[in-house]
Amino acid sequence: MSLRSPRRGQASGGALRRHRGLALLLVLPALLLLGALVVYPIGYSVARSLFDASGHRFVGLDNYGAAFTDHATLTAARNNAIWVAVAPALVTAVGLVFAVLTEKVRWATAFKLLVFMPMAISFLAAGIIFRTVYDADPHRGVLNAAAVAVHDTFDDQPSYPGARPRPGVGLDRVGSGDVTAPAATHVVLLPLVGVQPDTLPAGARTARRPDAGDGVSGTVFLDFVPGGGGHPGQLGPGKQGLPGIEVQLRDGGRTIATTTTADDGTFRFAAAPSATTTLVLPAADFAAPYRGVDWLGPALVTPAIIGAYIWIWAGFAMVIIAGGLANLPRETIEAARIDGAGEWQIFRRITVPQLAPVLGVVFITMVINVMKIFDLVYIIAPGPVQQDAGVLALRLYLVSFGGGNDQGLGSALSVLLLLLVVPVMLLNVRRFRGSRA
Amino acid sequence: MRLRRTLPALAAAVVLGTTATACASSGSSADASATQELKGQNLTVAAVWSGTEQENFKKVLEAFTEKTGATVSYTSTGDNLSTVVGSKIEGGDPMDVVMVAQPGVIKQFADKGWLAPLSPAVTDAAKKNYAGVWSSLGTVGGTQYGLYFKAADKSTVWYNPTAFQNAGVQPPTTFDDLLRTGRTLSDSGTPAFAVGGQAGWTLTDWFENVYLSQAGPELYDKLTRHEIPWTDPSVIKALTTLGKVFGDQQLVAGGGQGALQTDFPTSVQQVFGAQPKAAMTYEGDFVGGVIAAELKKQIGTDAKVFPFPAVDGGKAPVMGAGDAAVVLKGAKHAEAAQKFVEFLAGPEAAAVWAKAGGFISPNRAVDLSVYPDDTTRQFAKSVIDAGDTFRFDMSDQAPAAFGGTAGQGEWKDLQDFIADPSDVRGAAAKLEADAAKAYKG
Repeated sequence: MSLRSPRRGQASGGALRRHRGLALLLVLPALLLLGALVVYPIGYSVARSLFDASGHRFVGLDNYGAAFTDHATLTAARNNAIWVAVAPALVTAVGLVFAVLTEKVRWATAFKLLVFMPMAISFLAAGIIFRTVYDADPHRGVLNAAAVAVHDTFDDQPSYPGARPRPGVGLDRVGSGDVTAPAATHVVLLPLVGVQPDTLPAGARTARRPDAGDGVSGTVFLDFVPGGGGHPGQLGPGKQGLPGIEVQLRDGGRTIATTTTADDGTFRFAAAPSATTTLVLPAADFAAPYRGVDWLGPALVTPAIIGAYIWIWAGFAMVIIAGGLANLPRETIEAARIDGAGEWQIFRRITVPQLAPVLGVVFITMVINVMKIFDLVYIIAPGPVQQDAGVLALRLYLVSFGGGNDQGLGSALSVLLLLLVVPVMLLNVRRFRGSRA
Repeated sequence: MRLRRTLPALAAAVVLGTTATACASSGSSADASATQELKGQNLTVAAVWSGTEQENFKKVLEAFTEKTGATVSYTSTGDNLSTVVGSKIEGGDPMDVVMVAQPGVIKQFADKGWLAPLSPAVTDAAKKNYAGVWSSLGTVGGTQYGLYFKAADKSTVWYNPTAFQNAGVQPPTTFDDLLRTGRTLSDSGTPAFAVGGQAGWTLTDWFENVYLSQAGPELYDKLTRHEIPWTDPSVIKALTTLGKVFGDQQLVAGGGQGALQTDFPTSVQQVFGAQPKAAMTYEGDFVGGVIAAELKKQIGTDAKVFPFPAVDGGKAPVMGAGDAAVVLKGAKHAEAAQKFVEFLAGPEAAAVWAKAGGFISPNRAVDLSVYPDDTTRQFAKSVIDAGDTFRFDMSDQAPAAFGGTAGQGEWKDLQDFIADPSDVRGAAAKLEADAAKAYKG
């Protein structure tokens, strides 16, 4: 730069001073803004992080110590690591796939518009949308509605979901959920409870004792009289038979015979009662209805939120990558094609390497973006799993303003977050320098 | 705790809606001998109330105007009461009277030197008409600053009478009875409880009722002030009792996991909605608001209430909340402000709002016949009958980081506990660790 040249400096010191003054004057507004909006807050946060919650007592590095020992903060740091490791790579990959595919379809613009659309939705709204999408109740959450629909197509609906044996009358419920009773007498009563009387099949009739006979017979019945009353475990007026329940007669582990209960709940086997045989009502008839997947439970909540994040950002990645794709020299691709390369080979060996700089930009942007992820997690994660899904930015906010009111610890977290972002920033600046040179 | 504030508002809206009969003439019956001694004074009063609650409170203000001649202007502060009051005071233009909910906020205001002590006339009236516990809730360092005008009852179990009828059971009076009733209900095909565990405050309220009845008011106070740890045997015992409910798939719709996926409005809907999925739900008197407003059901016929039953031979708990009037230091009309609070301490003012509905008074002198329906009367009676054993919501008195923040502290620890009720000691240890951190700060 000419200003630094010593010879000219000696020649016209006054002009130089004027130059400097002018330069300073021109830069001043920007400097002031940067100072007030960036440098001062960072400095203040660093200073604040050395004081306690009230802001009056100097505590040195205690807040940093607290940050590294606090269970919730450590979970947040772990989740941030998962986010950084998974989300940017997935967004870039999905964007790349979309970009390459849109080159080949006829309605490329419409498709691009559609994929890009989520970018136009605020994060808050997107969060609310996905909170509903992931809702555990199949009547509300579309994902679980689909899961339940698929499950029920392949699996029969239980006839009496939630039914269970009346406790204390000799009926057993084994681990698999089967209801068992010894078939040692001619007549075996199998009282069940936990079924709403108005949900019984229309054909159900009052339960009765089966007619006497040689084999094992019995009654499966709803051991509950609407309005209460009656004797538990015994037949009586108002107790309905449970029709259509599969009954198995087993000897040891072997099933000897199978039958189904009649409208009054009765069933009959020809085999004589013995000490070694048991009656089994298979669990399938009583299984609680399938409720889908607990998307927002502690195990799946972070992957679920990452899914929402990809939904939003894939469009952005696609547009940037498609831009890079349009500028690629076609000759290399054509040459490869003439040499007999397949589409996959072209994609892997030609397109991706040539796109590397663009992919890098998208990836780095996403890494920085993901590090400060806050809103989606805050909105989608329900209260009970908020800590399990927590990330540093969310933790920072909750600690400072969301009830904790410890802005000292919050400032310490913000400084830590800054330190984590700085290397990525430096990398990005270096890349910009490199691309200019 | 925005939800807690808006729910009573809803409740008021609704109870009023269902019982909007004779409330127009209520305030105007001031006696002819009204002195009009405060004519020309313009009092300013601030509270968080808006909507129906604001309308009804204004009726009280009008009654005061009629009686004394002072005009009163009302400001609704929204949820940020402390901030609004603080900025008014710093700006040199304090309101005269502010309605404050939590005892902790009264203490905070008093410690900052924002409050003027209540006049002897007010404290005398309070002594005469209120159980001592209410005065002590408004007292900081031996000086009474707050007068509780409005109360809330959070020891109420709401049930679906049809489900009870189908199962042939009656409202239980002891906790063991409650568990038995619950099992019978479950046998009849309807799970006993819907628990809105996705919001942590429903769980703290469950715990507080069990603890208050089982351990007694003295230990309750000690735990509130964190003078005994959460690992105390009494806490372990209460958590074990609570685990009997939450650990039982038959008693809670969907078990503990189901409770954690259920938010508060859904839990109410599960009991009183079109197809009941549970027979009972426990939460405070404001549940009535949700039932009537959102589910369009009639309180008293479609939805009934029984008091939270006594646990292990203790006294049935009466736990709740309230709103207190405080006079700000430097109030421009200090004398009129004291007169206004004195007015609030009398039965007349409470009767005005009580008639309008959505209001319970902790004032003994208020005639129970002024309440517009049996359910509200039942709440008012149990608060009055509880006398000095009434206790203010514990989590509302704890530091917010422990008792009032989603996803952390007591809320989170109790949620973890109902997910796995077998580990009582682990849960108690976690509660103690979080409490120690929050109370220290």
